[in-house]
Amino acid sequence: MDFSDSPEEAAFRAKAREWLDANATLRDGSEKAQDHFMARDADEVARARDWQARKAEAGWAGLTWPRAFGGRDATPIEQVIWNQEEGRYAVPPNAFLIGIGLVGPTVMIHGTEDQKTAVLPRALTGEDIWCQLFSEPAAGSDLAGIRTRARRDGGDWVISGQKVWTSGAHYSSHGILLARTDPSVPKHKGMTMFLVDMSDPAIETRPIRQISGGASFNEVFIDDLRVPDSARLGGESEGWKVALTTLMNERFSISVGRASGGARAEELIDLAARVERNGRPAIEDGEVRARVADFIARQRGLEFTSYRVMTSLSRGEAPGEEGSIGKLLLGKLRQEMGAFGMELAGTAAGVSAAAGDDTARWRNEYLTAPGNRIAGGSDEIQRTIIGERILGLPPEIRVDKNVPFSEL
Amino acid sequence: MNFGFSEEQDTIRETLARMLGDHATLEVAHNRLDSGEGFDTATWSALAEGGWLGLAMSEEEGGSGMGAVELAILAEEIGRCLAAVPCIPVLCMAVPALQSAGTDDQRKSLLPGIAEGRTIIATALAEGGGLAPDTVSAKVTQDRLSGQKTPVTFGAEATHALVAATDEEGTPRLYLADLSASGVTTRALDPVDRTRPAAEIVFDNTPVELLPGSDPAAIKRLLDGAAVLAAFEQIGLAERVLALTTAYAGERHAFGRPIGGFQAVKHRLADMFARIELARSNAFFGAWALASGDNQLPEAAAVARLTALDAVQFATEESIQLHGGIGFTWAADPQLFLRRGWQLKAELGPTAMWRERLLGHLADAPRTAS
Repeated sequence: MDFSDSPEEAAFRAKAREWLDANATLRDGSEKAQDHFMARDADEVARARDWQARKAEAGWAGLTWPRAFGGRDATPIEQVIWNQEEGRYAVPPNAFLIGIGLVGPTVMIHGTEDQKTAVLPRALTGEDIWCQLFSEPAAGSDLAGIRTRARRDGGDWVISGQKVWTSGAHYSSHGILLARTDPSVPKHKGMTMFLVDMSDPAIETRPIRQISGGASFNEVFIDDLRVPDSARLGGESEGWKVALTTLMNERFSISVGRASGGARAEELIDLAARVERNGRPAIEDGEVRARVADFIARQRGLEFTSYRVMTSLSRGEAPGEEGSIGKLLLGKLRQEMGAFGMELAGTAAGVSAAAGDDTARWRNEYLTAPGNRIAGGSDEIQRTIIGERILGLPPEIRVDKNVPFSEL
Repeated sequence: MNFGFSEEQDTIRETLARMLGDHATLEVAHNRLDSGEGFDTATWSALAEGGWLGLAMSEEEGGSGMGAVELAILAEEIGRCLAAVPCIPVLCMAVPALQSAGTDDQRKSLLPGIAEGRTIIATALAEGGGLAPDTVSAKVTQDRLSGQKTPVTFGAEATHALVAATDEEGTPRLYLADLSASGVTTRALDPVDRTRPAAEIVFDNTPVELLPGSDPAAIKRLLDGAAVLAAFEQIGLAERVLALTTAYAGERHAFGRPIGGFQAVKHRLADMFARIELARSNAFFGAWALASGDNQLPEAAAVARLTALDAVQFATEESIQLHGGIGFTWAADPQLFLRRGWQLKAELGPTAMWRERLLGHLADAPRTAS
């Protein structure tokens, strides 16, 4: 057990820092909080692409990808180190999390040689931006209930349906799309995965505004989109298997991301030192101290949990269900911290004097946290995963499991 | 960075789990609770014979030269089987105190006896609901100790005590008392967990020996280290209670199916698991900080303790709930864990105390930017 950088890790960190120093400027605190999926205007996307291209050229993109695909064969821990270091610099938002974290690894496993050649280099350099067209209005937690249909038409496929909660679809060039190809078999068995071009006029993307006021995700309407059979990723009717690869990598990406940053509970100490409660500095108030101490203890625990996951991954062990723990606890913690940060302002709770001040910041935390509790598998789904896959409890009753999809 | 155990450490855990599983069964725990016999001397002797009591002593001191991580493994396995043995006070407090603050003579005369299981040194830091170095009214004048320490875990079973008392300048220090010496009166208390005995010890002009390296900072460090290792004992306990509750939820049928299939039960068990794992992550960091002498130990100890306290209380209370009526009975297992959990909480100070220790470091001291 060793919590400090190993000599190799320290060398990696030094190299990363050296390159970043030469190519970017350190953050000075004036930057607004980053939501990687918010990048919207063409200018911001262009800057993100430019930064990604420079990283790719210097070998800092797709770190955990194998060298054969242009990556660096880096360990998950090195990826965390890179994220920690890059996080210190004022760099554009990362619009490539899905392409590099989810789509690339899925294509490496299930793609044809042509697909690998077409997808991987352009995902790495940021020329292509990918989104994940999985969830639908009637299929969220129950993803296998998707209704978007793909029908064979000669050598092509014609796809129609609707996707929703698609992060970054509004600026993505490509999407990985799960569709139903055979409704005559039970729901998990009749799906197929496709790689689609988002600029096709048969696809319409409409941003959805969230409670935070931002619009980082979308509904996507697909109306008779025609794609060649070469756009199929993996076998016909094997879409669920392909989707599981994507989802496993999504969990891994979230774990790495979690180990790398976010609002710190310690910042509540600074805030509590500046505001008053019951006529005294809030930091002297017993309830404030208790809440802040508990937040810190929980946040540290989450941080170290993600390091444990990194350790398993770096030892070549499969990403375990431990990923579910961080996922389960993070959203609720952020929500409670956000609420408490707002509450510390007393009668001014929720009333911000200026963009970027403390109240605005914790309000933003509070209003974005619900997304953490839902996206990538809701808290409830995580509890079921822990209960069944880790604790071995009896599975949920699934009345639709063996029934042809068309009869549901 | 490496947040896992080595193969050697995994082997140690397996060996210990087997050995303790043979001696300290839940049946033994029930019998002890019924009879009120505290100290499980058979298990302690078995640990001595296996060489485990000298785990963190150097070979010169009569031990096997391992460190805090191995001690953490021992504490966790003891917690898992609820062994009624003084791992924390003797191995995790008295031994490191002697090693870091004692004299060569003190080490030579006491450590071999501890490793062999003959010498039991209780740690007497508590008084009037508080802990040293913050709460100390016992006093030493001219190497004579007077004052009352309570509760002292395994105080009636111990041969010696490491006592926090103020020196002639009023500074809290640690003193070694032979409990067979003059002026020692020991009275057994009625702890919530009768399998973890506690006593009140009154010293009246008792001859004692100073641990010369002990000062308030050393006492705090000792508490931090003990908090980390106790977190492992707490985690072992919590994991066991989760395991037996999960097993029960898989066997017990209601409405035509095992109750563990209902989300109200399944999700509660998942929450228990998540809280325990969170505590484990903090405890790992604490063990590393303790083993490496890192200056983040005070924070690491506080967060490890806070999350361990939370995990144990949640897991033990919900274990009773998920067992239903049977869980509320004397004969069922959950109460064993609930009682031990409270005892482990009381000994090193409750949640509020450790929240303050954490904020004392982070809020009240100058902070360094990371």
